[in-house]
Amino acid sequence: MYNEKVMDHFQNPRNAGEMLNPSGVGEVGNMKCGDIMKIFIKVEEGRIQDINFLTFGCGAAIASSSMLTELVKGKTLEEALNITNMDVAEKLGGLPDAKLHCSNLAADALHKAIENYQANNSPV
Amino acid sequence: MKRIYLDHGATTPPHADVIEAMLPYFRQYFGNPSSVHSFGREARRALDESREKTALALGVKPEEIIFTSGGTEANNLAIQGVVEALAARGRHVITSAVEHHAVLDTVKIMADKGCSLTVLPVDRCGIVDPDDLRKAIRDDTVLVTIMTANNEIGTVQPVEELARTCRDKGVPFHTDAVQAIGSIPLDLRGVPIDLLSLSAHKFYGPKGIGALFVRKGTKLGKLMFGGGQERKMRPGTENIPAIVGLAKAIEMATKDIPGKSAAITVLRDRLIEKLLNEIDAVQLNGHPVHRLPGNVNISVNFVEGEGLLLDLDLNGIAASSGSACTSGSLEASHVLMACGMDHQTAHGSLRLTLGHGNTLEEVDYTVATLKNSVDRLRGMSSLYKNYRRQVDKNHAGGEKTCTTKR
Ligand SMILES: Cc1ncc(COP(=O)(O)O)c(C=O)c1O
Ligand SMILES: [Zn+2]
Repeated sequence: MYNEKVMDHFQNPRNAGEMLNPSGVGEVGNMKCGDIMKIFIKVEEGRIQDINFLTFGCGAAIASSSMLTELVKGKTLEEALNITNMDVAEKLGGLPDAKLHCSNLAADALHKAIENYQANNSPV
Repeated sequence: MKRIYLDHGATTPPHADVIEAMLPYFRQYFGNPSSVHSFGREARRALDESREKTALALGVKPEEIIFTSGGTEANNLAIQGVVEALAARGRHVITSAVEHHAVLDTVKIMADKGCSLTVLPVDRCGIVDPDDLRKAIRDDTVLVTIMTANNEIGTVQPVEELARTCRDKGVPFHTDAVQAIGSIPLDLRGVPIDLLSLSAHKFYGPKGIGALFVRKGTKLGKLMFGGGQERKMRPGTENIPAIVGLAKAIEMATKDIPGKSAAITVLRDRLIEKLLNEIDAVQLNGHPVHRLPGNVNISVNFVEGEGLLLDLDLNGIAASSGSACTSGSLEASHVLMACGMDHQTAHGSLRLTLGHGNTLEEVDYTVATLKNSVDRLRGMSSLYKNYRRQVDKNHAGGEKTCTTKR
């Protein structure tokens, strides 16, 4: 069902876990479809220096969260905002069709985390 | 890697004796039972003997057995056939919310074609209340179809009482017994079931072959048209090797059910006990007592079932889940939802179905493997982190009870 790359990220997820004092947090998903992803970012000098995820979901949800964190680490906020869910799926070497919607939302969670960071840091 | 098969609810490995019995009918006895010559007569004899064996195993008459391509076709034939045959009497059909799709989708099509449909609810353990059935039967009810035992949660219905209720009101009663054959004793001599579906691959027989029992006097229309096979009820050249396999399998499966069930129940209860005791926030789905001897269905809170399945599979263990992510349709199992489960709990569902080949060691290895997987996946789950923060406030596990008296 899943290719080797997806299985690798499912078995050995990168950057899994909670982050203390993140610069921004974003969460997407809903209980009905069954995949909920939370992304934590640490931003320094306009770059994402560190990133973590927590995901409740299927193999595709975990693998896409993991892959996203790998893609994003060290990128500027602008670069990070350009990353899409489809980019993540592509980097994983593809996901089953049924998984492309509900389970492939990590980039959305990242964008929310960046918005959250920007809201926290906008001049008042 | 050693593999452990805990998915007997999906299908069972054909018994060696069943395969042995079938082989000659692929080789020397390949004739068409409708042929007049000796090749045909050999096949005809096998067909007749298989029908007799099957009937004997169920305590019915050979002419009450129609061989089909499996459980799905048997259910379709029963439902569509009765609805058509009794169209002049009425068009109301009653079923339950936890039926297999082969029944639910068929009755829904009947509803689209103008039948009225009542779907009876179940309690938290998946049981239909016979009082609900009694109240639902109307003058225009032509068929009640309620399964004997559920494929996901293993709940065994009070079929005898449901069947008697229907008989008292003169309404035909069909039961999908696909999961029940070989697991719970069924004597059709004593119980007024009018139609019953079975499928050989669920009791150590071959796939693609099943049967519908139709009690003498029950009116039934046809699904297919063609030759005179199966008394014209199921035209098409009979699948003799498969029918021979079904007969051998049902003969074996219905021998000493109490003894074989007891052995599997020991494994089942140990598996349930260890899972509930050794893993935090786990609940048993289905009924604590009225359940198939091989069925274990749990919900592991704060993880998603597909992750568990993948981890188990990586360790050689085959299981299944009712979570939306594994369903293909991206809908959580209708059975779990009908039992009043919330989406989150349904997502963490895991079905382990035991069979004759399983051992205590396999049970223990499975629990240990699952424990590691749950720890790993919960370590990544935001829901579990939240739960740990407010353990007492949101105590999700283990307190669901049954409402029916049974
Ligand atoms: C309760 C129940 N009914 C019907 C079926 C369908 O049987 P078959 O696969 O033989 O068509 C199954 C098997 O999945 C089942 O578990
Ligand atoms: Zn998913």
